[in-house]
This record gives sequence, structure tokens and C-alpha cells, in this order.
Amino acid sequence: MHDVAAHAAHHAPPTSFIRKHVFSLDHKVIGKQYYALALVAALVGMVLSWFMRIHLAWTNAAIPGLQLLSPNGAPGGVMTPEYYLQLMTMHGTIMVFFVLTTAPFAAFGNFFLPIQVGAEDMPFPHFNMMSFWVTFVAFLVLMSSFFVGDGPTLGGWTQYAPLNAVGSVAGPGQGAGVVLWAISIALFCVGQLLGALNFIPTTLDLRVKGMSLMRLPLSAWAWFITSCMGLTAFAVLMPACILVILDHVAGTSFFVASNLVMNDQMLPHSGGSTLLWQHLFWFFGHPEVYIAIIPGIGIVSHILITNMRKPMLSQRVLIYSMGALAVLSYMVYGHHMFVSGMNPFSSLAFSFPTLVITIPSSIVVLIWTFSLYGSKLRINSASLFALGFISMFVSGGVSGFFLAQPSIDIMLHATYFVVGHFHLVMGVAAMFGIFAGTYFWFPKMAGRMMNETLGKIHFWLSFVGAYCIFMPFHYLGMAGNVRRYSTFVDDFLQPLIPVHRFITIAALITGAAQLIFLYNLIHSRFWGAPAPDNPWEATSLEWSTATPPPWDNFGGKHPVVYHDPYQYGVQSSVGDYVMQTSPEQVKTEHEEK
Amino acid sequence: MAKFFAITIIVIAILSAIPILRHTWVAPEDISTHGHLIDEQMSETMAEAGISFLAAQFILAIFVWRFSNPGPDAKIKKFPGGAKGLVIAALLVVGIEVMALGIFGVKAWANVYLSPPSADAMPIQVQAGQFAFYFRYPGPDGKLGPIHPELINEGSQNFYGLDPEHDPDSKDDIVTAEMAIPVNKEIHLLMHSKDVGHSFFVRELRVQQDFVPGLDVSLHFTATKVGKYEIVCTQLCGLGHYNMKAYLSVMSQPDFDDWMKKEAAMQ
Amino acid sequence: MATTVHEPPQIDPHRLPDQGHSGNFGWRNLVPADGDLRVALDYSPPPSSTGIWVVLFAITMMFAAFTSALIVRKGSSLDWQTFTLPSILYFNTLLLLASSVTLEVSRRRVATFMGGLKSQVESPARWLYITLFLGLLFVAGQYVAWSQLSAQGLYLATNPSSSFFYVLTATHALHVLGGLGGLIYVIRKLSKSSLRRSTLDATARYWHFMDVLWLYLILLLWIKL
Repeated sequence: MHDVAAHAAHHAPPTSFIRKHVFSLDHKVIGKQYYALALVAALVGMVLSWFMRIHLAWTNAAIPGLQLLSPNGAPGGVMTPEYYLQLMTMHGTIMVFFVLTTAPFAAFGNFFLPIQVGAEDMPFPHFNMMSFWVTFVAFLVLMSSFFVGDGPTLGGWTQYAPLNAVGSVAGPGQGAGVVLWAISIALFCVGQLLGALNFIPTTLDLRVKGMSLMRLPLSAWAWFITSCMGLTAFAVLMPACILVILDHVAGTSFFVASNLVMNDQMLPHSGGSTLLWQHLFWFFGHPEVYIAIIPGIGIVSHILITNMRKPMLSQRVLIYSMGALAVLSYMVYGHHMFVSGMNPFSSLAFSFPTLVITIPSSIVVLIWTFSLYGSKLRINSASLFALGFISMFVSGGVSGFFLAQPSIDIMLHATYFVVGHFHLVMGVAAMFGIFAGTYFWFPKMAGRMMNETLGKIHFWLSFVGAYCIFMPFHYLGMAGNVRRYSTFVDDFLQPLIPVHRFITIAALITGAAQLIFLYNLIHSRFWGAPAPDNPWEATSLEWSTATPPPWDNFGGKHPVVYHDPYQYGVQSSVGDYVMQTSPEQVKTEHEEK
Repeated sequence: MAKFFAITIIVIAILSAIPILRHTWVAPEDISTHGHLIDEQMSETMAEAGISFLAAQFILAIFVWRFSNPGPDAKIKKFPGGAKGLVIAALLVVGIEVMALGIFGVKAWANVYLSPPSADAMPIQVQAGQFAFYFRYPGPDGKLGPIHPELINEGSQNFYGLDPEHDPDSKDDIVTAEMAIPVNKEIHLLMHSKDVGHSFFVRELRVQQDFVPGLDVSLHFTATKVGKYEIVCTQLCGLGHYNMKAYLSVMSQPDFDDWMKKEAAMQ
Repeated sequence: MATTVHEPPQIDPHRLPDQGHSGNFGWRNLVPADGDLRVALDYSPPPSSTGIWVVLFAITMMFAAFTSALIVRKGSSLDWQTFTLPSILYFNTLLLLASSVTLEVSRRRVATFMGGLKSQVESPARWLYITLFLGLLFVAGQYVAWSQLSAQGLYLATNPSSSFFYVLTATHALHVLGGLGGLIYVIRKLSKSSLRRSTLDATARYWHFMDVLWLYLILLLWIKL
């Protein structure tokens, strides 16, 4: 155990390049490393989605260069059906784990949680450093499966049993590919558990004087709740991955049932339970989607308040709603398994908590929109993405009404409706949260401002583009278009192919728009205008320190907190806000009662 | 910029709703006895979800239009209802709405999954394997012979691993690659997986159920309209997943009897 | 609910808020005005005591997952074969329990030792070494149990019951090894006289938890195998 005080006692900035930028103990550097990892992963995931979309719209189209990645998977650049599934699996795994979990939670959380509570660093910096590097190795292991044997696994990001456990007889990538996948995810779990080990004590124990729990900004609350969820979810996924690995390398039969026949040969395994995997996976899997979105809820609230120049209608209700979402997410995982052969009574039992989830979600949306009433909304790239987040969260959320009901799920399960639902609510919304966070916090992280014009262009293309891509998914699903098909050979799917072509074109354009963001990010990092300490006239602690923050965050001092986090719309000596660290008492003070 | 944002949201919301209202892409006509319950549930949910969707997007658009970039003398105001009003509204309106949906939905679900098949339902076994469905009819004796997995041999067309030499029940079993059923007759579908997870999905029948390796599950349904429909696999089962399909022919009873005779002769 | 206070607040601007208004947790931010974090640690619980609960919770969840897997796996098939647990396991249980006792003794001694009565007590390191030795003996004993089982022809893949036996005991043994690492860290810190009370407490909590976990596991295995 590394105590904070022991650490703080010999807390001197490192001097060597390696300790400063590579194996750094500084939470800010680790946060940036996570961000860079997520950025690379998002690029890979996006390019994979391009390949998939092109193949879906024009099955026989050659994608130049794809044959270099896999001569067997894409002879002459034309994707084989199995290679489509392999790319799809990698797209899902990369996006869910290495982008949506790392960027909003691990990257921004690492950088800003200690600053927002007023701490010098996380309590266990060595574990924090390990957390990143283990995650990094997990990413390398996953990437390596592109180049090992017959490529990555084709089992989808959910890796249903027994396809995940019977070995290479089940198809390309089901041997070494699955083992690498499971090792990667098990490592990822270790990394995120180490993250939670730091986030929770940081929030509970390292707050400065005056920073009560209710004075934490909403983003800090979101990271805290997310770390509690991650602690529970990843601790369950890891054993499941270990059991899969054992089924492969040690010949055990945890997930392979008896009497399975492949290629006219009986499999040597017997007696395993295939539903066991689904239960273990979804016990992790459903909380995981909230792990992806709750940081976004917190970040967007934080950014909206700053740009509305007034606090939310109720800070407390938002916090309780996020907590309710977290708790409920563990009670609903069975709604992924309505038609899986689970007891039909369990389906009903899982259906009602799922429907109840709409209540805290609606409360969050209502608080956001009605807080806009009477505000002085500032429009900039960050607030546009935050508003776009609300719109996406609603659009993706209402389709949950359908999927929560087992009877309707009979029709919509495993169709593009589901794909549209989770892409909007967890993919696009969470990405918008990441973008909003980037435009908002980049000045503090990099010391330079981002280009606003490029940011707005990026927003408009992404916002309209995302709707063009993912709204039609719902229509496809209602017509019965099954997901995870590499080509549409069924008669009833033929009339839907033009819709797929439209989606593909939209996806290519929207994807290309993300390159504007990448350019803006890199260009601003080196040539952007220098950022002041508090460019947005914000109140929370991260804006009270220098830009970029010094090694120990507050330059040897410890701030003292005098106010609730969001004192906007008041009259003070600096303007219409009072910083949390300012002892100034103002005439109109918003306070939670 | 804010006004543009508001207009964009409203346009997107309306454009999204148009295909739904015009029924541009919908599920095909229902041909089952239980499907109308699912369809009704679907349209009720669509009404509620659609209203929530449009209302939320419109309110967001209106507030963004109205309250962005105000003049320097604009004052911060608070929504009169306050958070308490919103929470109560959410609890009452959304809570009752979704609970009602859930409770009504139980009926549709119970109709498919919680009621046992009637005694005279016709048993048919379906076996899913990479990447084909095979169907087995019990024949005149009404009994399905036991499966011997070690005997499964695609080359000799023994898809089920039957042993008619030793098992009298297997002698008259009829194995087909196409599924034919008589119209208006309840079918008791016994689902068996040969290898990995698969799923049985017929859009027109409003039926979808996973095959669970090592655990035989069953379904029952009644088709009400003669025709030829597609059965597709909806559970990722490997590289040929997209191509795993079979046809379901719903026939009149005489046609079905003829078909059965022809298939029996081919065994 | 957010309200707007229109009258001037009654709070004296120079008086620092000495407690948060969040109920039970507010006392944790009792930090002196000069904000020196090291002093603050005397008042608010050290992160390692929260951190160790986080670790223990994660381990609990992990073994809960294994347990539910065991129950489902046993219930879902007919191929489960029971076998008798090697009797050395019961001996190992005693070893692990004894190591908890010796760790508690050393923790008391460290308390006295740190209390400034250095001349009156012998160094607590000896009891830590005994704990370390007992812990190593436990892991060695587990190894003996595994070799006894494999001598009977029961390997990891022989039967689901043996699979679960190996997985559960090996995962537990790995965590015990982690605890031994913690003990070595404590001994090293003690010899450098830089051991913090919270580090020792956290290690002890972890170690006792390994005990409880093992008692749970042996009960589970005894019932289910």
C-alpha cells in the first residue's frame, strides 16, 4: 500500500523523460495517456466500421489495402463473410472497452477528479500507473489478434457460449483469437479495478476542507458512481474470462454443453452451461453501458451549467438519479436474454426494473431541459455537444421502451433496432459527452484553446450525420433486418439494401468529419492560442489553479472550499459567478436545502 | 447558431417520425394467432415513445431558441415548477406510462411463453447446426426416435444421428430441409441445437427463440395464412450465419398431407 | 431543492465551514485551515483504509461470480462427480487461522512499539516473520493438496468438480501470495522505521479476509464437491 502522505512527503516532480511522460505517477499524465489510448482506439474502431459499412452496402466492392491487413480475410480487398464478423467483433470490443470506458471515465476522471476534490494526486499513484499500462497491454493483446493465426475472433463483443469455448473448429479466430480476446478483457478488468481502487478513496478521503460530498461537482459524482459500478462489474467479468480461457487451454467444460457435434465429430467437452456465460457476461454487460454513459451525464451537466450561467434545478436530484441508474443497472441485465431460453418468468421479472429505469432517465432529461428555462445559454462547441448529447440520449432512450418489454423483444431482438438503440444512447451520446468534455477541458489539459470554428463544423457534421446513420437503423429493425449478417441474402432483406447504402454514405461522411476534430486537437495542442486559467468563467476547483496545472495541482497550497459547486447567476466582484475557492459571500446564493 | 440548432432538432425529429407515421418500413402482416397482441403492444409503445420523443426534442429546441445569447440585462430565472414538480411529473406520467405498458405486455408474453401447448398440437423437431436447419416429423407413430450424436454424418445425410436399425421410433421419422405445416393447426416446435447457439426467427409468425446447446427448449404457435415464409437464424453462430435460413410453407391440410407423403417416400 | 436566498447570508466570511452539510460523510473533510494534507490525515481516514475495502469488495464479487458459476454448472448437468477433499486442506485451514493470530499479535506489538516504548518490547518483526512463514506453509500445503489430487488422477479438466476445485483454490492461493507480498512490504517498511499504521492495518484486514474467504471456500467445496 502506498499512502498518500508517504507519497506526498517525497513528492518531487520527476526529472527524467521516462518518469515524466511514460511511466508517470502523475494522475494528469495518466489521464492524458488514457485519452491518447482512447483516441487511437476510436480511430481504429471507426475505420473498422467504415470497412463493415462498405461491405454491407456493396458486398463485392474491393476495399483498397484491406488485403494487406489480412490476405485470407480479404482476398483482393473483398471481405469474406467471416472477416466481416471478425472486424465487427473488434469494432464492438474496441469501442465499448477501449473508447467508451477509457475516455469519459478513465481519461477525464483521472485528470480532473483529484483536481475537482482538491487533492494533490490519487492516493495510490503506483496502482494508477499500473492501471493505465495494464490497459495499454490489454489493447496491444487485442490488436495482436489481427496478426495471429486466422485472425481475431468472430464471436461478437458479447462472445456467446459455446461459440466462444469450442475452439477453432467453430470458425476462424475461434481458437487463438478468442484466447487473446479473453486475455485482453481480463487484463482490461484488472486495469479498471485498479482505477476504481484509486477513484473511490480519492472521492471519499482526499477532499479538501469545505468540500463536502454535496459540494462535489456533478462530474466528480459521476466518476465516483461509475467507479463503484466498475468495481462490481469488472470483478465479475474477469472470472468469466478466466473460465473461457481454461475451456480453451486446459480442456475444462464450463461453457461447452454435452453432445455437441461439429464437422461430424463429437466435441470432447461435455456438460457445460451455455446460459452461464450469458448470465455472467450480462451481469457485467448491462452495468457496462451505464459505465459508458454516466460519466457523460456528469460531464454534460457540468458543462451545461457553466454555459447556462445558472445551476441545475436540483443538484441533489441529478445525483440521486445517477445513483438510481447505477443500482438499477444491476437488476435488469436479464433483458438481454428474453429469448435466450431463460425461464420466461425471469424475463418478466427482468422486464419491470428495466421499465423503471426510464424514470430516473426521464428525471435527468427533464432536469436538464427545464434548467435551460430562464438561463443565459452560451453557445460554443462544448455546449453544442452537450445539447446534442441530450437530444441523442432522448432519441436512444425512447427505443428502450420497446426493448424493455419481452413481448416486443420477440420481434426486435437481434435486429438493427437494437443496434440503433445502443449506438445512439451509448455510442453517439457517450461520444458527444467525450467531445463536449474535450472542447471544455482541453484548455486546462493542454494549456491552449481549441479552434471554435472547426469545433462547430465538427459538431454540425457529427450531429446530423449521427442521426442519418442511426435513425434508419430503427426502421430496418422494425422491418426485421437481422444484425450481424455480413451480406443480405434473404429475400425479405433485398428491399432494405438501399437504406443500407444511404447509411453507409452517411457513415463515411460523418467518419470523415471526425478527422476535422483530430486535426483541431493536434493543431491546437501545438499552435492554439494560449489558454487563460479560467476561460469559461467557471466555478469548480479545476479552474482555480494554473493552466496547465502544476505537478501537485495547486502549487503547494491546498484550496479551501466555501461554496456549493455552481454559484452562477449571482453578482460578485468577478462577474456573474463565485468560484468554490473564493471566500466572497454574495447576495444571491444558490444552495441545496 | 442556437436558433439553427433548434430548427435542426425539430426538422430531425419530424423527419424521424415521418417513416413511422407513413408505415414505410414495418413488419410484414402477422400470420399467427398470438401476433396481434405483440403488434398492438408495439403500436401502443410506439405512440407513447413517439410522443415522449417529440415532446422532449421540441421542448429542448424551444428552450435553446428562447434562452441562448440573451442581452446583457437579461435576468436568470428559475423554472416555476421547480425540480420537485418535474420529479413528481416524471414519477407519475412516465412511471404510470411504462408500468401500464409493462403490465399490458405481460399478456402478449404470457400468450407465447407461459401457456402450455394444447394436447393435440403437432410436434415437429427443429435442429439447428452450422449453418442449416433440419426438421423432423415423428411420422405415423407420433414418436421421435432418440438422437445419437456420434452417428451424425452429413455425408450420408444422417443429419440427426438417427439409428433406424435399432430404434423402432426412428424408423418412420421424416427429416426435411424445409418446414411445412398445416394452416390453423397448433405446432409444438421442439428446438435442438447440434453445435452452438442459434435462433429461430420468422417475422410473419412473430416468433423468435434461441436454441440453447445442451438444453432443448420448445415453442408453440399456430399459423393462420397459407404461404411461404423465411426462417432465419438471429444468433451469431459463425461465418455462415448470414446464410443460415430455411423456408416455412404453411399449407392447407390436404396439401400438407400430400407433401408429407412425398417426403416420406424420399426417406 | 435549489432555492435562492435573498437575504444576506448569516455566515461570517472569515469563519471556515468546519463541516460539510452532507450528513454522515461530512466529517471526512475536516481539514485544517492551512490545508496541510499530512496533518489532515490525522483527522480523516487514510485512503488505504478505504482502499482496502475496495479491494476486498472486488475479491468478494469475483468469488461470488465463481460461486454462482459453480452452482449453475452443477445444477445444469449430470456429469458432476463428487470426490473427497484431501485432508491436508483441514490442516492448511489451521495454518491460515494461526497466521491470523500471529499477525494480530504483531499488530499489537507494533502499536506498543510505535507508542514509543521501544526499549520494553522486542521488535514486532519476529511475529511478522512467523506470519509470513505460516502463510508460505499454507500455500505449500495447498500445493501438496493439488499434487495429492493429481496423484488420484483428478486434474483440472477431469470433471467440473475438480475444475472448480482447482480454479477456486488457485485463485485464493494467488490472493494469499498477494497478501504475502503485502507482509514483506510491511516488514521492509518496519525495518526502515517508516511503517505507517494504516499500511499495517490494511494488510492485516486483507490477511484476515483471506482467512474468512478460505473458510467460506472450504465450506462451499465441502458441501458441493
